[in-house]
Amino acid sequence: MREPTWFKWTRAVGLLLLSLFALVPVWVMVTSALKPLADVQDRFTWFPSHVSTRPFVDMWDTIPLADYFMNSIIVSTIASIASVVVALLAAYALSRYRFRGRQTFSVVVLSTQMFPGILFLLPLYVLFVNLGSATGIELYGTRTGLIVTYMTFTLPFAIWMLAGYLDSVPRDLDEAAKVDGCGPLGAFVRVVIPAAIPGIVAVLIYAFMTAWGEVLFASVLTDDSTRTLAVGLRGYATQNNVYWNQIMAAALTVSVPVVVGFLVLQRYLVAGMTAGSVK
Amino acid sequence: MRVTRLAALALASLAGATALTACSSSGSGSGSDKNPTLTYWASNQGTSLDNDKQVLGPELAKFTKQTGIKVKLQVVPWSDLLNNILTATTSGKGPDVLNIGNTWSASLQATGAFVPFDDSVMSKIGGKSRFLGGSLSATGAAGKPPTAVPIYSLAYGLYYNKKYFADAGISQPPTTWPEFLADAKKVTTPQHWGLSLEGGSVSENVHNVFTFSQQQGGAFFDSAGKPTFDTPQNVAAVRQYLDFIQKDKITNPSNAEYAQGTEALADFAKGKTAMVLWQAASGSLKQLGMNAADIGVAPIPLPDPMPAGGKAVTSMVAGINLAVFKTTKHMDAALKFVKFMTSTPEQKVLNKTYGSLPSVQEAYADPAFTTPAVQTFKSILSKSAAPLPAVAAESQFETLIGTAVKDMLADAASGKTVSDSKISSELKAAQQQLS
Amino acid sequence: MVQLDTRTQPESAPLAPSKAARRRPRRHLLPYLLLIPAVLLELLIHIVPMLVGIGISFLHLTQFYIANWRDAPPAGFANYRYALDFHSAAGKELLHSFFVTVVFTVIVLVISWTLGMAAAVFTQRPFPGRGIVRTIFLIPYALPVFASVITWNFMLQRDNGAVNHVLVDQLHLATGDRPFWLIGQNSFYSLVLVEVWRTWPFAFLMLTAGMQSITQDLYEAAGLDGAGVWGQLRSVTLPMLRPVNRVLLLVLFLWTFNDFTTPFTLFGKGAPRQADLISMHIYQNSFVTWNFGTGSAMSVLLLLFLLVITGAYLRIANRGADDA
Repeated sequence: MREPTWFKWTRAVGLLLLSLFALVPVWVMVTSALKPLADVQDRFTWFPSHVSTRPFVDMWDTIPLADYFMNSIIVSTIASIASVVVALLAAYALSRYRFRGRQTFSVVVLSTQMFPGILFLLPLYVLFVNLGSATGIELYGTRTGLIVTYMTFTLPFAIWMLAGYLDSVPRDLDEAAKVDGCGPLGAFVRVVIPAAIPGIVAVLIYAFMTAWGEVLFASVLTDDSTRTLAVGLRGYATQNNVYWNQIMAAALTVSVPVVVGFLVLQRYLVAGMTAGSVK
Repeated sequence: MRVTRLAALALASLAGATALTACSSSGSGSGSDKNPTLTYWASNQGTSLDNDKQVLGPELAKFTKQTGIKVKLQVVPWSDLLNNILTATTSGKGPDVLNIGNTWSASLQATGAFVPFDDSVMSKIGGKSRFLGGSLSATGAAGKPPTAVPIYSLAYGLYYNKKYFADAGISQPPTTWPEFLADAKKVTTPQHWGLSLEGGSVSENVHNVFTFSQQQGGAFFDSAGKPTFDTPQNVAAVRQYLDFIQKDKITNPSNAEYAQGTEALADFAKGKTAMVLWQAASGSLKQLGMNAADIGVAPIPLPDPMPAGGKAVTSMVAGINLAVFKTTKHMDAALKFVKFMTSTPEQKVLNKTYGSLPSVQEAYADPAFTTPAVQTFKSILSKSAAPLPAVAAESQFETLIGTAVKDMLADAASGKTVSDSKISSELKAAQQQLS
Repeated sequence: MVQLDTRTQPESAPLAPSKAARRRPRRHLLPYLLLIPAVLLELLIHIVPMLVGIGISFLHLTQFYIANWRDAPPAGFANYRYALDFHSAAGKELLHSFFVTVVFTVIVLVISWTLGMAAAVFTQRPFPGRGIVRTIFLIPYALPVFASVITWNFMLQRDNGAVNHVLVDQLHLATGDRPFWLIGQNSFYSLVLVEVWRTWPFAFLMLTAGMQSITQDLYEAAGLDGAGVWGQLRSVTLPMLRPVNRVLLLVLFLWTFNDFTTPFTLFGKGAPRQADLISMHIYQNSFVTWNFGTGSAMSVLLLLFLLVITGAYLRIANRGADDA
């Protein structure tokens, strides 16, 4: 297909501008992280006056960044894996069976996406604490509580996306497996899951990113020892000095794992979304 | 059978995940044995949360050595402290002992979450008379037993850069607002501004406006506890504050953006400004690298002439109080801890480190508290400091007025003129939101 | 990019037809068993707390009762009357915040969708460097919100920020003082800017995904009919993207309307009045003024509004889909 010249030019300019828009904050983050403190306390400059790696050393001492990092990794990893497991089971049921309550379940779960978080923040907190004193299962202030919360946050989207994806996995495959002597779940584990890998990876990324970046609930449901990065990073602002270079270094450091993971796996996300959204 | 096996597997893996992550201890230690573990929420007084842990750690170890009671320390940043106290109050699961901002005393008292320090409780921690009168005035509503006891006392003062003052040929810090404005204009030069403000900070705004309003003879609540936000005196107080940017031009408009609670002071320390209205800050100024010989401090100026009914108030009673949660299972241990923290030796150590003032009389015998700066603050606190309104709605008042002033200051900074009638209507709107 | 078979099963396809009769009881139980973990989690985290939240909205849950919230006196509809009394300051502020949020959402939606669409069309056909460009576009979406928004906060500072450096120091656009971006009227535009920056890559991602299922034949057929770039966009791309757009717009709307993290990270606890989004407003009303009754009432009103809008949207969108 030939493209007219004007389109090529528009495309070139458009892509350039959009790339700039996307990248300027990244540039600021990276260069500022390499600046000495004096640079970030005066007029902005696009380049450091001299490259300093001090911020990357000092940032670990100003706040207990390593602890926050560990908490975020544990919470996000377990929450995203658990969310995928639960969502996969539910999605399989929705995709392969017609049963009473199917419609209700889908509607209710999807509509929870609409809930303003603020509405159930306090009740959830009270519930966690009361569960703790009634059953001994500590949810408030523990990573478990945060994990359970985050995995539920991502469930609606995860179930919806995986159900769409499973719908796109030809049913002949399960039937073939069943003919080979597998039960319905045998078919699920051996045939459907492998075929749904792109969708699963997509949901994993989504769930991990959600958990990694959540602020509101983390600020109320965690304590000193379980604080996550999203909340802990605010600690830099409560110092005697606003260490912008350290803040940028920390922001960069906590972003790298997520961004790299995302970019490496993005093709799965696109593939997963195609299946989910065309439904 | 496959179904159950898979389901069991899924459940087991979930349970496994739960067990793996449930490693936090369960808040306040269990068992009311001889050696209980107390949970203590400390506010962020040092230069960082870590710094607080380093300061308090050895002191808590001393306490454990003396009494056998262990203390689990959590340093809570100011941005989270009130929320955490609220949620803890709601759930009934809080720490045993905690620090509160003393201005919240009356509000928190109304929740009934804390142990009241009535005479019998007071006697367990050494009696009321040990404490400095001024600090004890900000521990709850009048006529009720205090809801908390002061541990760190603070007051506002006018910090000024002696070098800049000398350069401008000024020998004495101003004592009245007209003198202040004249001096401020002299020290506002192309190189530095006259006065820095933490204009984006709700609490700094409301503290300053409160002091100005006292000087005008105003009040935000009448004697019956009814709000009186939009009186002419309060309007005048707000106007005086806004005028630093809007009319007098002695404050960098950028200050309207300062919200971290540190930036105005950092500007002063770095010589970007000649004056700042701040709570006792010698520790922070040293940390920020300001030359000690340049630091001067005086009481905040007074109006001249004094308006009718005006009070010679130069500061709010600022500081940190120590409270005991009613739900504590270790009341005796908690009170022992309060007694320890308010004991004379601890008061000396902690206040010296934090640059605040001891809340007990005896501690002032220490030479560290006889410096001119400390003397100035001590005299402010005992002679010319007034507590913020001790009403249950105090925390709402702080938020509503502080926010309104912040928004008006933003308008003034971006070049809009904020008129008296605008101030009045903003204050009226704030009052209507008081519920 | 992975090429996928995106055939969907017809909705009404009979399921597991032949053997169903023989093992009926267990067959019927299985889907329910599979749903149990999801249902339990939804109940614990979403449904029960939401019901409790609705309950709280009918209580006078102020600071006097939070320690004993079970004793809080019933309020009937008082909290709702307080929130909806547009003659008093509280009602006016809520209404103001609502309008700010609506305007904010519409602007962000339009710009994000347009940018995402443009980027998706531009990168639809292969060209050298396409992979890199796509990767760059996805970075804002991949960055954790708190990390990127705190960077924006740094850039939008009046004295030392990058934005004023460009506008004032380099381009000399400002007349008079350096403008403020985090307080006053401009704070609204700052919020829009940051939100668009964060959301347009998502629109791009969804639209790119959707375009992958459009076969080349359709464009060739349109090309033979004499359609140019615009013609193909109108006659092929947009109609084929309708299902994606239906979902995308709804998701973007809900995310933008309910967004809390962006304003909270950009402005801190007290957002400027001009950028007072509804979620921040409710947070302020519950946690800062300690009145959880009115805060919950406002949340319930917000939920009702979203339910109505979403319901209406789905009805219209589905009717449109049936017609198509």
